[in-house]
Amino acid sequence: MVPTLFVISVVSFVIIQAPPGDMLTHRLAHLEEQGALGSVSAVEQLEALREQYGLNDPLYVQYFRWIGGIVLRGDFGDSFTYEMGVMELIRERIGMTFALTVATLIFTWAVAIPIGIYSATHKYSIGDNTFTLIGFIGLASPNFLLALILMYAQVTVFEASSVGGLLSPEYIGEPWSPAKFLNFLSHVWVPVVVIGTAGTAAVIRIMRGNLLDVLGQQHIQTARSKGLSETVVVNKYGVRIAINPLVSRIGLELPNLLSGAVVAGIVLGLPTAGPIFYNALISQDMYLAGAFLVLSGMFLLFGNLLADILLAWLDPRIRYD
Amino acid sequence: MTENPTLLQRLTDIGRRSLGMRRRIPSAPPQPSERKKYKGYSQWRLVWRRFLRNRAGVAGGIVILFIAFCVFFAEFLSPHHVSTRYNEYTHMPPQRVHIFSEDGIHFPFVYAIHGYIDPDTGLRKYVEDRSTRHTIRFFTRGDRYSFYGLFESDIRFMGAGQGNPFFLLGTDRFGRDLFSRILVGGRVSFTVGLLAVFLSLTLGTMMGMISGYYGGVIDNFVQRTIEVIYSFPSIPILMALSALLPPQWPGYLTFMGIVTVLALVGWGGLAREIRGKTLAIRDSDFVLAARVSGSKDGRIIFRHVLPAMSSHVIVITTLAIPTFILSESTLSFLGLGIKPPMTSWGLLLSDAMNIYVLALYPWLLFPGLCILVTVLAFNFLGDGIRDATAPFGH
Repeated sequence: MVPTLFVISVVSFVIIQAPPGDMLTHRLAHLEEQGALGSVSAVEQLEALREQYGLNDPLYVQYFRWIGGIVLRGDFGDSFTYEMGVMELIRERIGMTFALTVATLIFTWAVAIPIGIYSATHKYSIGDNTFTLIGFIGLASPNFLLALILMYAQVTVFEASSVGGLLSPEYIGEPWSPAKFLNFLSHVWVPVVVIGTAGTAAVIRIMRGNLLDVLGQQHIQTARSKGLSETVVVNKYGVRIAINPLVSRIGLELPNLLSGAVVAGIVLGLPTAGPIFYNALISQDMYLAGAFLVLSGMFLLFGNLLADILLAWLDPRIRYD
Repeated sequence: MTENPTLLQRLTDIGRRSLGMRRRIPSAPPQPSERKKYKGYSQWRLVWRRFLRNRAGVAGGIVILFIAFCVFFAEFLSPHHVSTRYNEYTHMPPQRVHIFSEDGIHFPFVYAIHGYIDPDTGLRKYVEDRSTRHTIRFFTRGDRYSFYGLFESDIRFMGAGQGNPFFLLGTDRFGRDLFSRILVGGRVSFTVGLLAVFLSLTLGTMMGMISGYYGGVIDNFVQRTIEVIYSFPSIPILMALSALLPPQWPGYLTFMGIVTVLALVGWGGLAREIRGKTLAIRDSDFVLAARVSGSKDGRIIFRHVLPAMSSHVIVITTLAIPTFILSESTLSFLGLGIKPPMTSWGLLLSDAMNIYVLALYPWLLFPGLCILVTVLAFNFLGDGIRDATAPFGH
């Protein structure tokens, strides 16, 4: 895991360094616009800054300074567009992004598992076929398209007064109250649906398949023959086993959810890291963009680790060496 | 189906040779009742028969062929040039095609359109001018176009007379015909998917086969590399990489750049599947037989292992194309992919990014429908082929 983290940081650093110029080239261009470039002192000042930030050092030195700052002080460098520390800038937003991702994961499971059970126990019924069709469409539509369609629906069908974001403007900065919470709920379902639809469809398909496999096994027959009710047979003997492979899928699901959270954040204008990351890329504010890449890599690694632990705890048959 | 077994035999031989296979690949044993009937059929013929029974798969295939045809002949099929601006028809809603008028029944026609500024909202509105009819003509003259640089022509599949409004799916903010732009943009979306899958498949198959065949250190290295790629969320890493493409690059270089970025991030999944399959085939008897008869590794890999999993490769290719199309559309939508004057479905949708624009001009979402249909069709086709090639299909 540590080697993977190391390589993640190296890749991110390469991406940070890849655009031509460094963080001061931007400032130079800025000075040029103001016509201040002619003054010798401005150029000298820049050179001094360059020396101060160590931008003349070889790349590997710069890399170790950067990674050292992250590991020792949690310092991801400075953003030149906002002229402040990257971490200060995105701490809240990155927390929001991860929270939204995890919340969506829980939500998709809460929706998909019951549907998967229903589909498996009512194979080829109208309900099952409908869910299959919806699932196919959910898997086929890109997140941003879903976001656009839902925003359009909000405007035309629900006639919502404010679209996008997580709160109406009048509630931003207000203390939490029941009215604010209701307002929050009326906004938050859009990103959750946008981020979660593809995952929900996948989980339904897998749950249905797993449960169908398990329900054909002998211990189910035994349970039925000893007179247990069908509910107990399905829920206690079937679902209990069929759910395990899903836990190991969390690791596969999280990257997609995080991708979705970024896209949804940009399209819906959420206070998440998505829009900041996007703007950072557009303005080539690379330390900011790199920090997001490193943090999401770490988030995914820890997510995987947690999923493995959870699986080992849930399924006593699994042993890691 | 022909009754002549010798002709049949010859056809299947030709088919097999064209697929680069000399010997027969081990195929699924048909059901005993079918065995006699299908005696002498090649594996591909059996797969084809099984595939034809899957209605969703066949429908998907037909839709794909149709879309491929449309985007290949995009210039000919589109009524207008992609970048012709009709300044008096900006943001015009889709036009209705009529057959009936007050005078009775006609060849399909459109009415002339009269645009005016709504005094209440300040927005441009359009009404049909019922006094003037423009009959839709086929194989008619329109804007000049170059057919892939081979020849120039001004014959287009349909039109309502040069300069007359004929916008089946409405227009964008510059008054450009959305239908024409969807056709031409579709070619970009489609080819990005195909090229990216070709690149990542080449890379993925090579790495996967080497990884699975040799095992050990090489395997470990390749697998760790894939792990690192997948420890980044896909869309953000794609965004970061395509943001690195120099903005001053001309359109076709950006296009190739996007394809490369997509393939570089996307080959891992293919490589993993190929590796798993290679591991299974590596230890099979016919590979052992090839090895004891003195074949070198390269020959075994390309003449024995690769053909044995060709059906598997076809399936994962078909299912990988839509994911590339989706990724490209997301990148272009965010302005990090295809750049104007080129266009693609994702880029067309970026016009609808502003919710107020979208609420007023909902027809800008049509390219999204194209993405949806294309991706669905590829998924159905892929599932159909997978079911047909599964050795012990239900």
